[in-house]
Amino acid sequence: MANILAFSETRLGELRRAGLETVTAARQVADATGGQVHAVLVGAPGIAQHAARLAAHGADVVLVMEHEAFANYNPEAITATLAARLESGYRAAFFAASAIGHDLVARVAAKMRLAYASDVTEFAFSGDAVAVAHPGYTNKIVQRFVLKATPALISLRAGAVLPVENAKAGAVEALTAAIDPTSVRVKVTLTEKAAGGKIDLGEAPVIVAGGRGLKEAANFKLVEDLAAAFGNAAVGATRAVTDDGWRPHSDQIGQTGRLVSPDLYVACGISGAIQHLAGMRTSKTIVAINKDKEAPIFKVADYGIVGDVMEVLPVLTEAVKAVKAGA
Amino acid sequence: MKLAVCIKRVPDMEGRFKIASSGTGIDEAGLKFDMSDFDGYAAEVAIQITEKLGAGEVTVISLGPDVVQETLRKALSMGAHRAVQLKHDAPVSDGLAIATALAAELKDGGYDLILCGRMAVDTQNRSTGAFVAELLGLPVITAISQLNVDGGVVKARRELEGAYELIECPLPAVVTIDEGIARARYPSLKGIMAAKKKPLEVKPAQVGAVTYQLEKMELPADRAAGRIIGEGKDAVPELVRLLKEEAKVL
Ligand SMILES: Cc1cc2nc3c(=O)[nH]c(=O)nc-3n(C[C@H](O)[C@H](O)[C@H](O)COP(=O)(O)OP(=O)(O)OC[C@H]3O[C@@H](n4cnc5c(N)ncnc54)[C@H](O)[C@@H]3O)c2cc1C
Ligand SMILES: Nc1ncnc2c1ncn2[C@@H]1O[C@H](COP(=O)(O)O)[C@@H](O)[C@H]1O
Repeated sequence: MANILAFSETRLGELRRAGLETVTAARQVADATGGQVHAVLVGAPGIAQHAARLAAHGADVVLVMEHEAFANYNPEAITATLAARLESGYRAAFFAASAIGHDLVARVAAKMRLAYASDVTEFAFSGDAVAVAHPGYTNKIVQRFVLKATPALISLRAGAVLPVENAKAGAVEALTAAIDPTSVRVKVTLTEKAAGGKIDLGEAPVIVAGGRGLKEAANFKLVEDLAAAFGNAAVGATRAVTDDGWRPHSDQIGQTGRLVSPDLYVACGISGAIQHLAGMRTSKTIVAINKDKEAPIFKVADYGIVGDVMEVLPVLTEAVKAVKAGA
Repeated sequence: MKLAVCIKRVPDMEGRFKIASSGTGIDEAGLKFDMSDFDGYAAEVAIQITEKLGAGEVTVISLGPDVVQETLRKALSMGAHRAVQLKHDAPVSDGLAIATALAAELKDGGYDLILCGRMAVDTQNRSTGAFVAELLGLPVITAISQLNVDGGVVKARRELEGAYELIECPLPAVVTIDEGIARARYPSLKGIMAAKKKPLEVKPAQVGAVTYQLEKMELPADRAAGRIIGEGKDAVPELVRLLKEEAKVL
């Protein structure tokens, strides 16, 4: 049976959780249709150290491509290499629905002249077709597609498949770049973690987001403190806040920002404009803290507190810390 | 400098959507339509480049039925110089099929820079820019939040999740535009008047083969109505209890 490829995204030498999700998804398909899971790991020399984790999550083979020119994302060299590899006959390839994953899957699809399914939340393989669901219309509509291209190229929304351990051999094989990675047209010259964003907005199970109700940039400390108390939380923001430069644009959630659906979304001083709701209304549990009881955010909040964020947030932060400490 | 911007006409996302009886489209009755958000930013970026240079030309291109002319006129009234409609009446969901038609039009245009949106806000395929670039053999930088074109080189910034990158490539190139770079301006009255005299060409679209087919649209399950659990900091213990016991997220 044809094999399934999983691109395991790394950043600055670290394996991203999304890199395990793609392996788990590939494992699910391989277990159902037969074939092996081939995980692809690309980075600067030393990246191979993550191969064991990919094996633990179900990779039969880990294809490792190491080179100084892969210290930053190197789209053209990776695309050429993956396209050449996939030509050899794979059933499917999974990528993360991240900025890099979307960039890469579209390039690979284009190089192979294939259609691909983006930001997939559900997938089912049968014969030569794959039924997928992907949200559209700012998450207001679920679109069900049938993808008839082989290999089926899919980018997987964060959290659509959670990483599951399912140990396989994970034999490490070197993957050779199909083109010289130092002579490419598109060069990433710097990769840097954004200030403040310690946990990835696309992957965090909890998001604490702040709006204009925080009054000034410095008060975002209250939001960061609550996120830190959860330990597994990322910080998000409204466009009002990113436009004012209080937070980087990468933190913006909504119609033109990130589309997120964490287990818990805490909206602090956010009115709940339709364009903001577009990005977070699929969160499993929503908490809102707003001093205006008529704010539209309360219409979608499972739990609302009418109050001043300056007063409520520090108390909530202490209470969350106490729970986390097992008190 | 010759610039091209690919523009898609989409429904206003503020609307409440109903699925059409076909099951594969939305009921368009009563909906407003406009340029997809990121395409508006892309048009703005391109227009600003020609304004800064005091030279150059911005061509806006849209594939779709005749109603897309309205969206193209809006881009002309913002300051784009000429427009092309790739006429195609049936909806197409396959990104590669759309890109094939766009690339066929762009191929011999002699464009230095081609701009697309990061994604169309309706279908959210996120693929067209990369597809167009590959079909034209051009380098592409996707989802950029900053752009600087100088001396035949594009320098850009892309926001990742909790990080960013700086990227460069030579011209001619394709870029896809993310949030943070520019807001689409409102057309001025003068701009609207001028747009009426600008050229808008209509050509048949050479849409490619379809292997990605929309089967069905559904509305996601409704959220339960919101609930206010209390006021001020006194409500915190109850919130923590609910998060632990009911939502089980703590
Ligand atoms: C085309 C387009 C795209 C857009 N895309 C996005 C997007 O992607 N994401 C996005 O977020 N927005 C987007 N917007 C903007 C959106 O319409 C809203 O303007 C924005 O979300 C409002 O942000 P906010 O809730 O922080 O501010 P406001 O609407 O000003 O709300 C602030 C809230 O804080 C409350 N408040 C004030 N003081 C306190 C206090 N001390 N304690 C508690 N609460 C307090 C107020 O009651 C109010 O409800 C878009 C708009 C357009 C036109
Ligand atoms: N029908 C269309 N006409 C013109 N441009 C389009 C069309 N569809 C998509 N695009 C362009 O491709 C971008 C990405 O769309 P998509 O890949 O569908 O998410 C859009 O922001 C537009 O710039």
